Amino acid sequence: MLSTLQTPRSSLSRFTLPSTITTLASNSQSTLTTTQSPTTSPPQSQILSIRHSLLTRNLSAVDLARSYLTRLRLTEPHLRSFLHIPDDQTIISQANDLDRRIAAGKDVGPLAGVLVAVKDNICTADMPSTGGSRILQNYRPPFDATAVKKLKELGGIVVGKTNMDEFGMGSTTEASAFQVTANPWDVSRVPGGSSGGSAAAVSARQCVVSLGSDTGGSVRQPASFCGVVGLKPTYGRVSRFGLMAYASSLDAIGCFGSSVADTGILLHAIAGHDRFDATSSKQEVPNFLSHFDSASSLESKPLKGLRVGLIRETIEDGVDAGVVSAIRAAASHFEELGCSVNEVSLPSFSLGLPAYYVLALSESSSNLSRYDGIRYGNQVHADELDSLYGDSRAKGLGSEVKMRILMGTYALSAGYYDAYYKRAQQVRTIIRNSFKEALDQYDILISPAAPSVAYKIGEKKNDPLAMYAGDIMTVNVNLAGLPALVLPCGFVDSEPAGLPVGLQMIGAAFDEGELLRVGHIFEQTLENCRFVPPLVADSVE
Amino acid sequence: MSYTMFRTFQVHPFLLYPTSILKRRNGFLYSTTIPKATQSSQTETKVSTSSQSKNLYKIPKDYEAVIGIETHVQLSTLTKAFCNCPYSYGSFPNSSICPVCMGLPGALPVLNNKVIEFAVKLGLALNCNLAFNSKFDRKQYFYPDLPKGYQISQFDVPIAASGFLDVDIPLEFGGGHKRFGITRVHMEEDAGKLMHTEKGNYSQVDLNRAGVPLLEIVSEPDMRNGIEAAEYAAEIQRLVRYLGVSNGNMQEGSLRCDVNVSVRPIGQSKFGTKVEVKNLNSFSSMSRAIDFEISRQVLLHSQGQEDQIVQETRLWEEGSQRTITMRKKEGLADYRYFPEPDLPSVILSQEYVDGIQTSLPELPEEKRRRYEKMGLGMQDVIFLANDKNIAEFFDATLAKGADAKSAANWIMSDIAAFMKNEKLTINDIKLTPEELSELIASIKGGIISGKIGKEILFELLAKGGSVKEIIEKKDLVQITDPVEIEKMVVKVIEENPKQLEQYRGGKTKLQGYFAGQVMKASKGKANPGLLNKILLEKLNSTT
Repeated sequence: MLSTLQTPRSSLSRFTLPSTITTLASNSQSTLTTTQSPTTSPPQSQILSIRHSLLTRNLSAVDLARSYLTRLRLTEPHLRSFLHIPDDQTIISQANDLDRRIAAGKDVGPLAGVLVAVKDNICTADMPSTGGSRILQNYRPPFDATAVKKLKELGGIVVGKTNMDEFGMGSTTEASAFQVTANPWDVSRVPGGSSGGSAAAVSARQCVVSLGSDTGGSVRQPASFCGVVGLKPTYGRVSRFGLMAYASSLDAIGCFGSSVADTGILLHAIAGHDRFDATSSKQEVPNFLSHFDSASSLESKPLKGLRVGLIRETIEDGVDAGVVSAIRAAASHFEELGCSVNEVSLPSFSLGLPAYYVLALSESSSNLSRYDGIRYGNQVHADELDSLYGDSRAKGLGSEVKMRILMGTYALSAGYYDAYYKRAQQVRTIIRNSFKEALDQYDILISPAAPSVAYKIGEKKNDPLAMYAGDIMTVNVNLAGLPALVLPCGFVDSEPAGLPVGLQMIGAAFDEGELLRVGHIFEQTLENCRFVPPLVADSVE
Repeated sequence: MSYTMFRTFQVHPFLLYPTSILKRRNGFLYSTTIPKATQSSQTETKVSTSSQSKNLYKIPKDYEAVIGIETHVQLSTLTKAFCNCPYSYGSFPNSSICPVCMGLPGALPVLNNKVIEFAVKLGLALNCNLAFNSKFDRKQYFYPDLPKGYQISQFDVPIAASGFLDVDIPLEFGGGHKRFGITRVHMEEDAGKLMHTEKGNYSQVDLNRAGVPLLEIVSEPDMRNGIEAAEYAAEIQRLVRYLGVSNGNMQEGSLRCDVNVSVRPIGQSKFGTKVEVKNLNSFSSMSRAIDFEISRQVLLHSQGQEDQIVQETRLWEEGSQRTITMRKKEGLADYRYFPEPDLPSVILSQEYVDGIQTSLPELPEEKRRRYEKMGLGMQDVIFLANDKNIAEFFDATLAKGADAKSAANWIMSDIAAFMKNEKLTINDIKLTPEELSELIASIKGGIISGKIGKEILFELLAKGGSVKEIIEKKDLVQITDPVEIEKMVVKVIEENPKQLEQYRGGKTKLQGYFAGQVMKASKGKANPGLLNKILLEKLNSTT
């Protein structure tokens, strides 16, 4: 399939993305350089370089948008990351408006010209929002989600709606009612899920950054599979208003970027209290980037004194050897950066998965009740009310969703509530406390983001338990409501290319700033790793 | 729909002083005056006393009824419970809705703090224990008027519980004070409404009401007959109106009562099978429906057919005055309650509660006890305290110096009759408490006669103005000069020699005739006492 990209490559290479100026990173001298590999350079903030290019008039927003759209059109038939892409003109005219503002010397927002892909369960007023479900096919919300509204206000341009497992229920994006998204590193493999479309889109540089949602790992696991940075903020940090609820007490809108800095900038743009979400926090949103050091100014031990805890339960049996060795290598890298790294045991860790599934499915059985075909979405005509409900839901919802609704309904039923829901809540409290204790001892906790690298499309489709087990690394973080950053830290050998492995860093509640600072230093000092999939490597410098 | 207004009044036309002769013909005391805004649209249906008491006394002595009531009070907050939509009854369908109350994907509820304030107010007024840490739960079921597929409610931790309500039973039903237990008060949201087409081939959904805040008040099963139940409900209505948390209007559905009725042989501690009765649009239909349902169940019991009493929901049919089966309960519905994850817990501080406690107005029960202490009769007490606005008018009149008895008499007789005839509320009339007090003082001080007083009253009611102005303008000051009255008496006697002859011949009844003529000559201004005294002297003097 790569051959199909051969012909237009010349046209793509005409506009290489700006890479010269950034306040954050310089590829010239890392004081930690141990190998001489001229081909690898640390990832840079695309958002900051775009801003610089626009303001110095080196590049127009229209040119930038065209370059992304061209790559998007070329790669999309192979990846199928998007469920909806507006016509080019819609995007170009927004870019044009920005160019005119810039030409007129007017202020533009920090996301000016930045093309953002948005997961399809996040409402957008001018585009369909289906949540990957047939029952909402062609549904157009009358409002923008708060996160979307904010990024638009800051100059961001929504480039389209990304594919996902129906209502977020899945780990591969195969449970989408519409299409299966491919992993840009190997199109025979899944991109992860449920935010697989958003992860693949950033990985293939179809957009600059993207929004996803994370209920049990749906941002972090696809970030790991696709070799991009994924950030799941603290519960309450980002308004959920406009996010189609899967499990309300666990859901968080998260960010994807090709660098830590970009996810930080995107988080800053969408974070903060929202009067339309009673669970959004009033905690102040710091400027995450102000604590960033540029790679060139780093001392030899930039993370000296940082206490890193490697969660023992996440590198034991059942985790792929390649993943474990990549994580151990990452731990060594932390030590080189001056951290003290110790293994820490969280005995309650394995309880997270069953507790998560009981709670998430219970809440989802309730949250998905509104998809009844009465007020919006697809309605199946019937003579009786019960058949109207039954048929609309039978036809509109996919099998994975139905299974989860049934399990959740069962768990909340009279006589079972105490044994399932209530018990799972007790486990949740235990998990929250054990994380709190561990985070009193350590500044950050690290683990793999997933027990394996991306697997083949169809491989686990008929084995839901195996698929659920893949969430073991991530669900505890949602149960505890903590922030976690996933960034690519290495590869596992594979054909046609190596497959990326994601490192998960877990921090204290509302301490995304520390995660981003540490993640940035880790990323800038990591050698010999370039996380651009071969599919688009030629068009991305 | 039936509606019972406050009692009917009949005022004796010949009495010179205002007197409250309250002849209760139709209607009952549990009714409350209609709020101003909706009054014109209300029709009044009278309930025959006899039919009601017939039912009531039909209950044989061997059985007793056990009645519990669930009351839904729609709160008069400016906006709905979880979004910014306003709500007004009767507005165009789906004209007051938003993504939140429509249950659109991604929409989230945010609690209107007024709902908590109103719940705390009512909880305190019902003498409840407040839960300082409560929460919302989801009650799940499918119905087209329920947009989210669940109702946000409170399940195991209601905001208020374990209270009571004191009620005065009207004299005609034995009188006395009753205390009914309150099990719980909780906050929840209302559902929308379904509108069925006439042909019945499709239905439409109006979501204007969806998300409007409600307080559900659950009583203990402490009521024993329809009257007690209706009195309980009427007191709840008074209470919410006094507190200003709801308009309490039953026709608009702002106050909805579902009653649970069961019957058991006297002496049995176990409850009988309970039946829920719905569609009670007034206190009077509530009372009649319950009494009907009791008789129905007692009859089945006495015929040995108590197994035919099944747990079901029955509908009160106003037309046929009976209850009919609406739906049988097929096992217990499983609502799969669980804590609402979109809303934080409801935490009350002692300071907040204390602030509300001190701001509570005088409640109906407190008012009645205060009026009772003033020496007013029970009927006066109940009438005056029945309506918050009338009570306020009465209290304001007292504050201006009027004595309680006179003020009560004026309000309950002429003023009430005027309001009834003109279909006005006490807030609409032009008479102010100051002027009523002035009027009472003028009569007491002998400046005007009672009869003139009444004339002035009607002018004040209709046109407003001040007592002093009217007296001056119309020269209505009472004639208390004996010389002047004597002149008029002499003149009348001289002008009626025939009648004088008859009088002196023994027909002493004619004294009334002479008095009337003198009063007429004085244009009603003569002091009646003096007039009669002088007249008698003259008639009986044999000069």
